[in-house]
Amino acid sequence: MAKRIKIKKGLRIPLLGEPDERLLGTVTSEQVRICPEDYPGVTPRLTVKVGDTVKAGSPLFHEKDHPEMVFVSPVSGVVAEVERGERRRILNIAIKSDRLNERIEFGEKEVSNLSPEEVKGAILEAGLWFAIRQRPYDIVALPDRSPRDIFVTGFDSSPLAPSYDFILQGQEEELQVGLNALAKLTAGKVYLSISANSTSRALKQAKNVELYEFDGPHPAGNVGVQINHIKPVNRGEVVWTLNALNVVLIGRLFKNGTVDLTRTVALTGSEVKEKGYYKMLIGTELSSLFKGNVTEGISLRYISGNPLTGRKIEEDGVLRAYDAQVTVIPEGDDVHEVLGWASLSPKRYSAGGTYLNLKKRYRMDARLLGGPRAIIVSNEYDKVFPMDIFPEQLIKATLAFNIEKMERLGIYEVAPEDFALCEFVDTSKLELQRIIRTGLDLLRKEVE
Amino acid sequence: MRALRKYLDKIKPNFEEGGKLHWLYSTFEAFESFLFVPNTTSKSGVHIHDARDSKRTMVIVIIALIPALLVGMYNVGLQHYMAIGQEVSWFTQFLYGLIAMLPQIVVSYAVGLGIEFAVAQVKKEEVAEGFLVSGILIPMILPVDTPLWMIALATAFAVVFAKEVFGGTGYNVFNVALVARAFLFFSYPSKMSGDQVWVRTADTFGMGGGTVLDGYSGATPLGQIATTEAASFSGFTFQGITGQPLSISDMFFGFIPGSIGEVSTFAILLGAILLIATGVGSWKTMLAVFLGGGVTVLITNLFAQNALMEMPMHYHFLLGGFAFGAVFMATDPVTSARTEKGKWIYGFLIGVIAITIRVFNPGYPEGMMLAILFMNIFAPLIDFYVVDANIKRRLKRAAAVKATNDQ
Repeated sequence: MAKRIKIKKGLRIPLLGEPDERLLGTVTSEQVRICPEDYPGVTPRLTVKVGDTVKAGSPLFHEKDHPEMVFVSPVSGVVAEVERGERRRILNIAIKSDRLNERIEFGEKEVSNLSPEEVKGAILEAGLWFAIRQRPYDIVALPDRSPRDIFVTGFDSSPLAPSYDFILQGQEEELQVGLNALAKLTAGKVYLSISANSTSRALKQAKNVELYEFDGPHPAGNVGVQINHIKPVNRGEVVWTLNALNVVLIGRLFKNGTVDLTRTVALTGSEVKEKGYYKMLIGTELSSLFKGNVTEGISLRYISGNPLTGRKIEEDGVLRAYDAQVTVIPEGDDVHEVLGWASLSPKRYSAGGTYLNLKKRYRMDARLLGGPRAIIVSNEYDKVFPMDIFPEQLIKATLAFNIEKMERLGIYEVAPEDFALCEFVDTSKLELQRIIRTGLDLLRKEVE
Repeated sequence: MRALRKYLDKIKPNFEEGGKLHWLYSTFEAFESFLFVPNTTSKSGVHIHDARDSKRTMVIVIIALIPALLVGMYNVGLQHYMAIGQEVSWFTQFLYGLIAMLPQIVVSYAVGLGIEFAVAQVKKEEVAEGFLVSGILIPMILPVDTPLWMIALATAFAVVFAKEVFGGTGYNVFNVALVARAFLFFSYPSKMSGDQVWVRTADTFGMGGGTVLDGYSGATPLGQIATTEAASFSGFTFQGITGQPLSISDMFFGFIPGSIGEVSTFAILLGAILLIATGVGSWKTMLAVFLGGGVTVLITNLFAQNALMEMPMHYHFLLGGFAFGAVFMATDPVTSARTEKGKWIYGFLIGVIAITIRVFNPGYPEGMMLAILFMNIFAPLIDFYVVDANIKRRLKRAAAVKATNDQ
């Protein structure tokens, strides 16, 4: 039986635009683009140049200090373009698909017969290492350190989130193979946390794991919250984290012997007409998905991911590496609301009591709905932060970059996504996720 | 409204970098965002935001203050016409109070906001809304007869030295409105206490002229009991300004001499309900103040040596600024303890200190202001210990793991 943990703090944002649980098709594009900035903590070194022919599974670039950590092409074709930004930072690598779908053969492997080193080597070689992140710092795991434990989250609780139960249908075996592979990678345990409402047999009957059930509002599905309740990270310890969808990617590698970066992606958001699930590769251009399927005549915000932690993309943007969700909401820059501070409009949503709370779903846009201020209101972050950490004090210590205080207040246990809800409710409209991200990056530079 | 929006868009370039009115940018921004919700959208992080912002928060507090302000205004007129022995309608009484109060509110806002706008412009920041609340609080906690120039002086002092030098709204250590009052209290004690300042006996802009009745005394109920000759509470009666006995309902609804905001416990209660329902004010702090006060009253009752020590709890809560301080001053999130456990301690100690000052300092029958200012100093210390417990727990956890690994 799974151990059950109840989460009380948190918030279910009643957002309009949940996806219907049905598969609506497959999206392909002429080009796929891989964006190195998706992988936190990774400094890319290109290993291909424009014109090179690649297969699905061919390395495109590797991490500067860890040449064994490669990042691969999801399709076969030709490297069409390397787009660079300021200071020649690589923005994306475009691969023109030849539609032949040639894959590099890594060979089917039976995980139970492999040594930990062989499992690690296989994942690294196939470019799937990005699936594994680590705490502290919330970066792609450093392969040369072995983790105390590995934590896998089996559900996404964020607003409009895709249902893992639905996506995992038919991928039960891959999930279990992936979990078996992870079990090889740690001397500790693999913890799998699932939703108390999960109906997925693959999750509920997963073997080789320590199973936990989490019951409660977002951020119950955040792996950081789960770690904090199961076995918190102490200074000097390293744990690895994944979500179940990325475990499936690893499982596929061992089961089929090839790299298959196909995701089942939920198309969500109030401005999408036909909401549901689509299959597509990481890096697929999404313009064909949006065309004719979104509200016209207003300015829109396209997001790869969910509205709390996702990345803003353009209309012709691509599916980013870690996302299984694409969201379209109104941008809101064309709205001029009068006397907002006095508004009694039923269209405005607030988690607190300063607006009427209606039992309905809200169509929310991307406006800040206020200006940046100093932190004034107290106990605002705490209400949506179910960890044994003082979020406001940690934010302040991070702003001041007081390393000792950050350590003492639990910086090693958190990731930017854990502060997403705090950022949503924040009266002072501060960029808390960015503050934590910057703090973690600086801290890593300073400490390591 | 569309025309106004168009007009704002037209004049906006003048205020932006390089425009000839750029030195007024913060002011323009403040008025623009007062009229229209800014349409800036998120650049990083979350894509959606809660509709609550700093303006909304402050507006809720101001709305919560309105009942106390209105009853206070009415009471100014009521006490005035009672003092000169004229029978007039309640509306005339209210009108008198209104014109007595209005200049004070205008002066407080003009001075405070003037400084806020100027500082925001120099710092190239948006104007913070904190003073919208302080600006209405200041006239509400001063005696009605405070000269306008004193209000201006005290407001300027408080905004500059209690707030801006610390970094502005959100960084101040002391409650700004209370600093303004404390400034006047120590600089002009004769205008801030005693029995001459709580009722306006003179006319206001020619309205309500008359001579004060014989036997008039403007002492507040707390002032009366602090100086009474009566040996025990049972031998003492609270009197109104013309010598009539005061009932509990007079005290509850606010028909007693005192500063504008504090008199009506009923109106304060309405404000408290709004603050708690909207989550803007912390019920924990409020309850803790009353708990701390209640416990202290029970103790003084037990060892009572005079009428004041014997005074029952509900009088303490109804009289003076106790309720007003608990609901509107102690809950100021910036100067209060910020942790939830800390709020209990912070509030409780405010209650304890306020009653202690009241009962054991007959020269100063009102303890709330000093109690809150005193606890403002200690709020960060309380938080320090609450947070430190969390830190210790984390260190202990790490040490325990280390110990098992070493074995």
